[in-house]
Amino acid sequence: MNPAESDTEAQLLKSLPEHLAPFGTERSNLIPILQMVQKHFSYLPAAAMEIVARHLDIPLAEVYGVATFYNQFRFTPPGRHPIKVCLGTACHVKGGDIILENFERKLGIRDGETTADREFSIERVACVGCCALAPVALVGETVHGNMAPSKIEGLFTRIQVEKEMAQRKKRENEPDA
Amino acid sequence: MNQTPENTPESRLAAIRRRAEDQRRARMDTDAPKIHIGLATCGIASGALDTKQAFEQALAEQGIEALIHTVGCAGHCYAEPVVIIDHPQSGFPPIFYHQVTAGKAKMLVKLFLAGGDPRLEHVYGATVENDLIPSVMEFPRFNREKRVVMEKCGRVDPEDIDDYLAEGGYGALARALAMTPEEIVAAIEASGLRGRGGAGFPTGRKWRLAAAATAEGKVVICNADEGDPGAYMDRTLLESNPHQMLEGLAICARAVGARQAVVYVRAEYPLAVRIVTRAIAQAEALGLLGQGILGTDMNLDIEVFQGSGAFVCGEETALIRSIEGYRGMPVHRPPYPAQKGLHGRPTVINNVKTLASVPPIIEKGPDWYAAIGTEKSSGTAIFSVVGDVVHPGLVEIPMGVTLRELIFDICGGVPGRKGFKAVQIGGPSGGCLSEAFLDTPIDFDSLTEAGAMMGSGGMVVMSQDSCPVDVARFFLDFTQKESCGKCTFCRIGTWHLLEILERITVGEGREEDVELLQQLGEDIKDGSLCGLGKTAPNPVLTSLKYFADEYAAHIREKRCPGMMCRALTAYYIDLEKCARGCDACVGCCPTDAVFTTSTRKKGIDQALCVKCGECMVACPPEYDAVRKVSPASLAPIIERPVKPVAEAEASATPAKDAP
Ligand SMILES: Cc1cc2nc3c(=O)[nH]c(=O)nc-3n(C[C@H](O)[C@H](O)[C@H](O)COP(=O)(O)O)c2cc1C
Ligand code: FES
Repeated sequence: MNPAESDTEAQLLKSLPEHLAPFGTERSNLIPILQMVQKHFSYLPAAAMEIVARHLDIPLAEVYGVATFYNQFRFTPPGRHPIKVCLGTACHVKGGDIILENFERKLGIRDGETTADREFSIERVACVGCCALAPVALVGETVHGNMAPSKIEGLFTRIQVEKEMAQRKKRENEPDA
Repeated sequence: MNQTPENTPESRLAAIRRRAEDQRRARMDTDAPKIHIGLATCGIASGALDTKQAFEQALAEQGIEALIHTVGCAGHCYAEPVVIIDHPQSGFPPIFYHQVTAGKAKMLVKLFLAGGDPRLEHVYGATVENDLIPSVMEFPRFNREKRVVMEKCGRVDPEDIDDYLAEGGYGALARALAMTPEEIVAAIEASGLRGRGGAGFPTGRKWRLAAAATAEGKVVICNADEGDPGAYMDRTLLESNPHQMLEGLAICARAVGARQAVVYVRAEYPLAVRIVTRAIAQAEALGLLGQGILGTDMNLDIEVFQGSGAFVCGEETALIRSIEGYRGMPVHRPPYPAQKGLHGRPTVINNVKTLASVPPIIEKGPDWYAAIGTEKSSGTAIFSVVGDVVHPGLVEIPMGVTLRELIFDICGGVPGRKGFKAVQIGGPSGGCLSEAFLDTPIDFDSLTEAGAMMGSGGMVVMSQDSCPVDVARFFLDFTQKESCGKCTFCRIGTWHLLEILERITVGEGREEDVELLQQLGEDIKDGSLCGLGKTAPNPVLTSLKYFADEYAAHIREKRCPGMMCRALTAYYIDLEKCARGCDACVGCCPTDAVFTTSTRKKGIDQALCVKCGECMVACPPEYDAVRKVSPASLAPIIERPVKPVAEAEASATPAKDAP
């Protein structure tokens, strides 16, 4: 984590209690709270888990016990461009695992991991709901259907181009700011 | 309560509906063309948002007045993005266009909306009968369906309750409010409705049980957890017409006497969560849900709970545990949730499709519903038909239609010249059926008898190029990971089943494995507490039974007949056909496995090849030189020539994991 990122995380942590306030302290709030925390930080940091355990007055181990049971929760930060490869039934029969492997090879990380620069992370998901387009991968929120290994290179080029365009725009805007 | 004709639920609803119709008329009753765009997940994934933007932009550029109406999904996923253009002034009926890209959208604005030419070559069909353009109803994909649950999907805007009201929505709730709870339960019983969540439990009986419970604080829950990794009809229903489910939920609450309701939607379905939340707020604002529904003394608080993605949480007792804030582990039944459920209170849990079937039953009568489908399975079934079919998507058919009719007549059969091999029905709990079963009627009991089950309603059609053993392995991999770990048979048994299947698919299967799979599978079924373990071996047991020869080929010959198991297949380049100097396959190989032979043709380095098949796609059809074989030993060995220096660098990135 670079210094800027740990700074923002400290800030997020500071504002956590105020986001917790609307939730009651009954046990049935646990999962909605965890969902809120994950939305807030984009993952479940250890420090936040302690605050949640105190809020509900239950052992920290209980909080982890529940959080690790469900697929939705992650304990490492995702990349800025989270890649989700669908390995649902339709995507599996159309070779979704080959797509996953290609992303893994290209980025040098495995499913569930984040690149060192926190740009990308890879995750497998089950059925995105557009099986007619199988195999499917998501980059951020964008769904890419009919994926093929040869399309992956193009995807990264596009992300790079978009990033450079955004930077150029930012630079252009800066003088007036 | 004292009800004069002016304040009966029906008259209140009539007033609400009048206002909705007026508002809709004010917006829709213009001569301007109307453009209906499908914006559910599948549409968006196919680029429907770009299409919508292109329409808006083109309309602005051409200065044309037109109304864009966003609707949900009508189930025709093969045709997305779907657009229906209703342009009365052109003299044409409303027209269904398929695969409307941004470019096509611009073209249609210019040529059809401005020019009056509907571009017949792009038309899929008219949506109504007429003399000019053949109607879509002439296609089996449309006319063989029977829409009860999905009737309004693709017609109404899911974010606008007025649409649903104007189409007759909430009429069944008003009627149910004038009935006694006993009458409602009796109507549902008489309709023969069975739960669409998988097991087909009679809904009326479940409601009666809960209605009879005397405990306070009853709860009704809509199960939209949809854990099957290859099914998406519940999501589509919620994204396309959430009110029909909500109306059913309210009728259920009225029948059993509940004041609290929960819609349990998976968090992975953000669009569905948003649309349902909004639908509840809109209905509450009009007094259709919430306090004092339609002027009566009925109250119903509905909350949306986001499921956190565990397959087992679709199981009703696990679902309850997760709402209570615990790990979603099933508990023993009885007591059934209908007696003792959420926080110990009587709880009715029904699937989305079950609840969405309720309003039409109340509206049109139990006899009407019972007449659809078969004697023991009344009504309709919704399947998401995917895989190797020409027209994949959601299909709603009356129960009793055969698999053959569904797959071949309605969905167009297997594309290309590849023949049909198998169909997997019911997701991870279901089974894999062979061609011999194609004449099986689709209903709860016939499917169970064949070894599959209705399950979630996921249906994957497989051509000759697919492998039932690999699909069984895929589902076991899923259920093994999703087993909550409570029962030993399920936790460890599925792990062993998976291990054996894995070894078979990589060519290390043993002669005794078939026997072992059978035995273990039956033991897991007997020894597990909940439906997950009880059904997890189904994909293995059915494929063992109906595709024994496939298992034998994998074990004895190390051959995968469908050429899906990567360890048992190999690609090679036919040097007779390969064109000297052509480099088409080189660039596309992700692992630099393709090399140039001394004769300037290409060869594949089997040690580096990950068998992605890209070279086969890239090879120009006039050469068609790439071959795929199984067993892998059939591929001729072509040595890589001693490397020139430049190439040595290029191959310095080693393949990370050879399969
Ligand atoms: C492992 C497992 C997963 C299930 N998943 C779902 C599901 O995703 N959606 C659903 O409606 N029912 C699911 N069920 C069935 C529910 O337990 C329950 O029977 C159903 O929601 C009752 O509704 P119905 O009577 O309308 O079918 C699942 C059952 C098991 C054993
Ligand atoms: S299986 Fe991948 S989108 Fe459905």
